[in-house]
Amino acid sequence: MAEPILSVMDLMVRYANQTVLQVDSLEIQEGEVLAVIGPNGAGKSTLLLVLGRLLDPDAGQVFFRGKSIQSEDELAYRRRIALVLQEPLLLHRSVFDNVAAGLKFRGLPHRDVEARTNEWLDRLEISHLRSRPAHRLSGGEAQRTSLARAFALQPELLLLDEPFSALDAPTRLHLLLDLHTLLSQTSITTVFITHDLDEALLLSDRVAVLLGGVLRQVGHPQDVFSSPCDGEVASFVGVETIITGIVTDSQNGLVVVDADGIHLEAVGDLAIGTHVWYCLRPEDITLSLSEGTAISSARNHLNGRIQRLTPSGPLVRVIVDCGLPIVALITRGSANDMKLMEGQPVIATFKATAVHLIPR
Amino acid sequence: MTTDILEITVLSLRVSLLATAISLFIGLPLGTWLALRRQLRGRGFILSIINTGMALPPVVVGLFVAMMLWRSGPLGSLELIYTPAAIVIAQTIIAAPVVTGLTASALQQLNPRLRLQLMGLGASPIQMVLSLWREARLPLLAALMAGFGSVISEVGASMMVGGNIRHQTRVLTTAIVLETSKGEFQNAVALSILLLILAYMVNLGLTIIQQHGTR
Repeated sequence: MAEPILSVMDLMVRYANQTVLQVDSLEIQEGEVLAVIGPNGAGKSTLLLVLGRLLDPDAGQVFFRGKSIQSEDELAYRRRIALVLQEPLLLHRSVFDNVAAGLKFRGLPHRDVEARTNEWLDRLEISHLRSRPAHRLSGGEAQRTSLARAFALQPELLLLDEPFSALDAPTRLHLLLDLHTLLSQTSITTVFITHDLDEALLLSDRVAVLLGGVLRQVGHPQDVFSSPCDGEVASFVGVETIITGIVTDSQNGLVVVDADGIHLEAVGDLAIGTHVWYCLRPEDITLSLSEGTAISSARNHLNGRIQRLTPSGPLVRVIVDCGLPIVALITRGSANDMKLMEGQPVIATFKATAVHLIPR
Repeated sequence: MTTDILEITVLSLRVSLLATAISLFIGLPLGTWLALRRQLRGRGFILSIINTGMALPPVVVGLFVAMMLWRSGPLGSLELIYTPAAIVIAQTIIAAPVVTGLTASALQQLNPRLRLQLMGLGASPIQMVLSLWREARLPLLAALMAGFGSVISEVGASMMVGGNIRHQTRVLTTAIVLETSKGEFQNAVALSILLLILAYMVNLGLTIIQQHGTR
């Protein structure tokens, strides 16, 4: 692989004697979109401020094109990148003036400022708002202005801090798709912060999971979501059933895990006696009412009782007590057809291939 | 009398506008610095001193400046006592805390993350401060008006350090006091109205600048 455009080494940020961010190593390739995901307070924004040279780390280095950004002239570095903060923080001026702001800071000739501002007003579909004062924009329009302001700078590195978190769902989706298009058209290297997994899946080439200030896992979104490296990452990326157990048998690529006396099968190749997390996504679990209907190729059948039914949009989240809590996600239609009720006995079925095993 | 009035009016304006301008030069950078230096040790203490300064009685300022400038005082050799310059010094001491304190509060009302955002767009420190001033132009011009208002209307300091000397240091407020004490109420009222009109004109100008571009 080529030399990374950005690399982070042994980074540490402390606040009031507490480590709020620790990244031992992280590399970003030219043209790549990296999503940094994690729950609130995981240190995501702190990482972005360090990358934007708006916060000096207590230890460690950030290299941009092979040179430490701490040794480079601060302003010169900041003028090669662009940062978009969570709320669109616009100036009390027109949309045009806002989009032109960064270009004017760089002292570009008037003609270039005008041309580039117009281009990006157009590309973000806000040309018609050009003379509107920024305080009279809707949330989506304001965020578009904020993005146009950053893109117009043609930065070598774009840093985005949850640009969609404050938007309503339809506006968010529209803007998300537009951003996706712009990122692939411009191939600007981007570090993108979000706590939303769908955004990460849609926009990013790779994701980095930050939990409790520590970088836990970096990889392609599919890999991280299907093979999280530990229980906490698994839980964050939507694996709702995480069972602790011990491998009691292992042959022909199939292992048996004992979890509190319940035997579960999984595809894997772990030694007997290994302590594991046995991880299941709710959408991989099928529910049925009686033994007869449950004959299938699936290796795991657990008898249990419905503990709780929670509607969530067109789906219903079902918690089944099989001696272990198992979370399943089924359509509302299926739940109605099967007349599922709390307390009802059901069989939870899942394939051995749907299981992700993580050694503890 | 007419020429006297004109002379008094012009001197009042000159002295107070100059004192306001000097206060702006001191107060705008100082207030900005205090607003932006969140980590500064003793910042709260400095701000409390400045806020107290906003309530300084002009007559007290006049007394201290006079003591400094008296022949026998530490700055007596400058021979400034009973000159317009002395009034400017005293009025600057009155207006500077007003401008400083209101500038600091104007900038503290801005979203603190706006600074980060401006820097994230490549603003130099000076460009960042200029952008913040522009964002806060309404309260900043209000600070300027308050500073001017505090000095155009004061009488204590002008009297103490200026001495109300005809053709030299007589300003509108000291003239009003004099005319009143002489029993010339008509003159006093006329001068008062003149003072009000003057204050109105200056503030009207500043208000027009302030409201320009706000919709």
